[in-house]
Amino acid sequence: MTAAAFPARTGVSGSRQLAGTGALLRFNLRRDRVVVPAWVAVTGLLVLSLPGSLKSVYSTPAERADIARQMLTNSSLRATYGPVFNDSLGGLTAWRIGGYAAILAGIMSLVVVVRHTRDEEESGRQELVSSAMVGRRAPLTAALLTALVANSALALLIAGGMAGQGSAGALALGLGIGGVGMVFATLAAIVAQFTDSGRLAKGLTGGLLGAAFVLRAVGDSTTNDGSSPATWISPIGWLENLRPFAAERWWVLTLFAAATLVQGVVAYELAGRRDVGMSFFAARPGPAQGRLGTAGALAWRLQRGSVLGWGLGFFAAGVAFGGITKGAADLVGDNAKTREVIERMGGQSGIEDAFLATMVGMFGMLAALYAVSSVLRLHSEETGQRAEPILANAVGRLRWAAGHLTIAFVGAVVIMLLSGLGLTLGYGAEPGPILAATLVQLPAIWSLGALAVLLHGISPRLSPASWATAGLALALGWIGPALNLPQAVLNVSPFGHLPKLPGGDMAWGPVIVLTAIAATLVAVGLTALRRRDLTT
Amino acid sequence: MTKAITVSGLHKSFGKTQALAGLDLDVEAGEVHGFLGPNGSGKSTTIRVLLGLLHADSGAAQLLGRDPWTDAVELHRRVAYVPGDVTLWRNLSGGEVIDLYGKLRGGLDKSRRTELIDRFELDPTKKGRTYSKGNRQKVALVAAFASDVDLLILDEPTSGLDPLMEEVFQRCVEEERDRGRTILLSSHILSEVEELCDRVSIIRKGRTVESGSLSDLRHLTRTSVTAELTGAPNGLASIPGVHDLAIQQIQNSQGHRVRLQVEADQLNAVLRSLSESGVRSLTSKPPTLEELFLRHYQETA
Repeated sequence: MTAAAFPARTGVSGSRQLAGTGALLRFNLRRDRVVVPAWVAVTGLLVLSLPGSLKSVYSTPAERADIARQMLTNSSLRATYGPVFNDSLGGLTAWRIGGYAAILAGIMSLVVVVRHTRDEEESGRQELVSSAMVGRRAPLTAALLTALVANSALALLIAGGMAGQGSAGALALGLGIGGVGMVFATLAAIVAQFTDSGRLAKGLTGGLLGAAFVLRAVGDSTTNDGSSPATWISPIGWLENLRPFAAERWWVLTLFAAATLVQGVVAYELAGRRDVGMSFFAARPGPAQGRLGTAGALAWRLQRGSVLGWGLGFFAAGVAFGGITKGAADLVGDNAKTREVIERMGGQSGIEDAFLATMVGMFGMLAALYAVSSVLRLHSEETGQRAEPILANAVGRLRWAAGHLTIAFVGAVVIMLLSGLGLTLGYGAEPGPILAATLVQLPAIWSLGALAVLLHGISPRLSPASWATAGLALALGWIGPALNLPQAVLNVSPFGHLPKLPGGDMAWGPVIVLTAIAATLVAVGLTALRRRDLTT
Repeated sequence: MTKAITVSGLHKSFGKTQALAGLDLDVEAGEVHGFLGPNGSGKSTTIRVLLGLLHADSGAAQLLGRDPWTDAVELHRRVAYVPGDVTLWRNLSGGEVIDLYGKLRGGLDKSRRTELIDRFELDPTKKGRTYSKGNRQKVALVAAFASDVDLLILDEPTSGLDPLMEEVFQRCVEEERDRGRTILLSSHILSEVEELCDRVSIIRKGRTVESGSLSDLRHLTRTSVTAELTGAPNGLASIPGVHDLAIQQIQNSQGHRVRLQVEADQLNAVLRSLSESGVRSLTSKPPTLEELFLRHYQETA
């Protein structure tokens, strides 16, 4: 072969690697036309609603300066929300919601990327697509571009909507939140090269996102200017250190760009080196003889990895948050508004208890996500055609469902206890009150899981709505107290009814009522499941 | 003789789509029953009703003398099912799935399991995600054939098997029949149906259009006849029931070659007419299942 012909050929093959990217991008955007715009809108509006709500709670600049000072000096509050760098409405918005909006952007990004890469390969659809005029790296490129479109839209929405508070700060906040999204988009792209299931890729990247939050929280509990190394390791900490609305440090944006670029290149290199549908870890052979003999054992086998992951994550996060609880008592000064906010979140005056109660509440709301995802295994087993052959055996629908539901409802108890154990170890206190507090969350967790049972029982098409209800409960629980929302609105979430423990008074009423509601929803859902046609 | 499956007047709609419109099906105990019909004609829907996975809108269905919806779990102890599209769990090995299904049905013959894995050349240690379509079907087939059941419901079970494995499958079905088990076999592979089935039911648009033994069905349809005559044919075209008549003079002779299709009850008249013209050679073929099939499938309602 002549030397002259060779470069020409590589030139062609280089450009061919991306053949079809445009068509795939349009296809991805079409498939995501409902979920992504909805996610962007909810996340964006959450941010944009903050200045107005903050203004209604802290109406004068003096009050805002006061709250900012309080928050800055209290390490546990810094851990929860990060330090306040500026007491303007824009500055307080970035402080209060920036990190959470970034987490939402991160979840959206990792779901979008895995959905269009590993999920497609896992289902076998990628094979068909790749047999067409589609380059080896086109699917990954199109997935990352889809995430870029989504994050750009979110950044634009925030930058435009917040411009009234100062256009430089608005731009920094928008770009920072979108930047966190892109960092997790490219991280998900790497993880998706190694795992061979989309579920695992999403779970692992989600775990890394949680770790980024915990790192930032631990870092901020020790310093009040975001300068701790732990904060600097976390992309969510970068957003904080970008300091929107507080003399923006624009150079921090290069961290997002660099991380996105480096991770993107790594994902590209990996993607070009492996076969379609394969991961870097070859599947190991399994046993020739099986010991699984019941539908329940099968359910446990399918879900044990997820229970283990949630349990370890809850325990580790519990230890981390327990460790920074001590600082909660450092609160100096006596600002009635601050106390009011903390009391709404924690429910009583002992600040350490209030902080612990807030953490326990957060674990409870996250555990509701576990419960919903675990219940919805019924949904994925049914729509994935794996329930049909099981039910064609001598297994009734109730027994089939019972296996998964036991794991969902008992699993919630286990992971809540693990979070309590972690908090106890980190905090170094008597375990009794904290463990009791974690258990008190269960009726609310169960009722959200039970709602998923009901929706799936009526029709699998309704099942995804249970994510929306769990998400709403999470949003109300986190954002509600700071927005001074009326109790009637907070009570939409089952968590709004629970006694605030540890420290508060135990109230058996709501606990019993919510448990009864959960039991009723499960019973009605299972009855409906027995009566309807199976999805085939 | 007891019936393994009786279905009469079964209706089932999904929204505006009518999947079953008064379907009838009778399967005698101990027979291999072919269940034929074009794609989307309602075969799988019928099977899912028989398995209690779908609830029929109206009509009666009985499986082994019991109600498939209310007695589903009890019945499934005696029934093994192989779906056309076998989906396995990614992380479970084929062997684990075989044993799981066996235990969930209430029994698996260990030595039969080993023998079947050997005959189907299945590697039971591979994980679900690494099996090809044919191998996933083998997992379901081994689980079904090794189970101790009375009725096997097989929904296009061989669509991914190679010809050698297809042969193994046919032997297994014959062995099951010899043990007195009943088999409902939905299939598009007509040679397989001709080879294995005692009786067949053909359905179309959710209705049964034909049911009976293959020879019964053949009787209802046309025989194709090819003959070489020493003279010229006379009056063939006027016999009712003769179709697709083609007459051709043989070069340099008085003889003619005749091809035609004739309905069974007019075969006599045709033979008489042919012999009047002097028959030099004659071949007659019963209709193949393909022809039978095509006639029903293409018929407009």
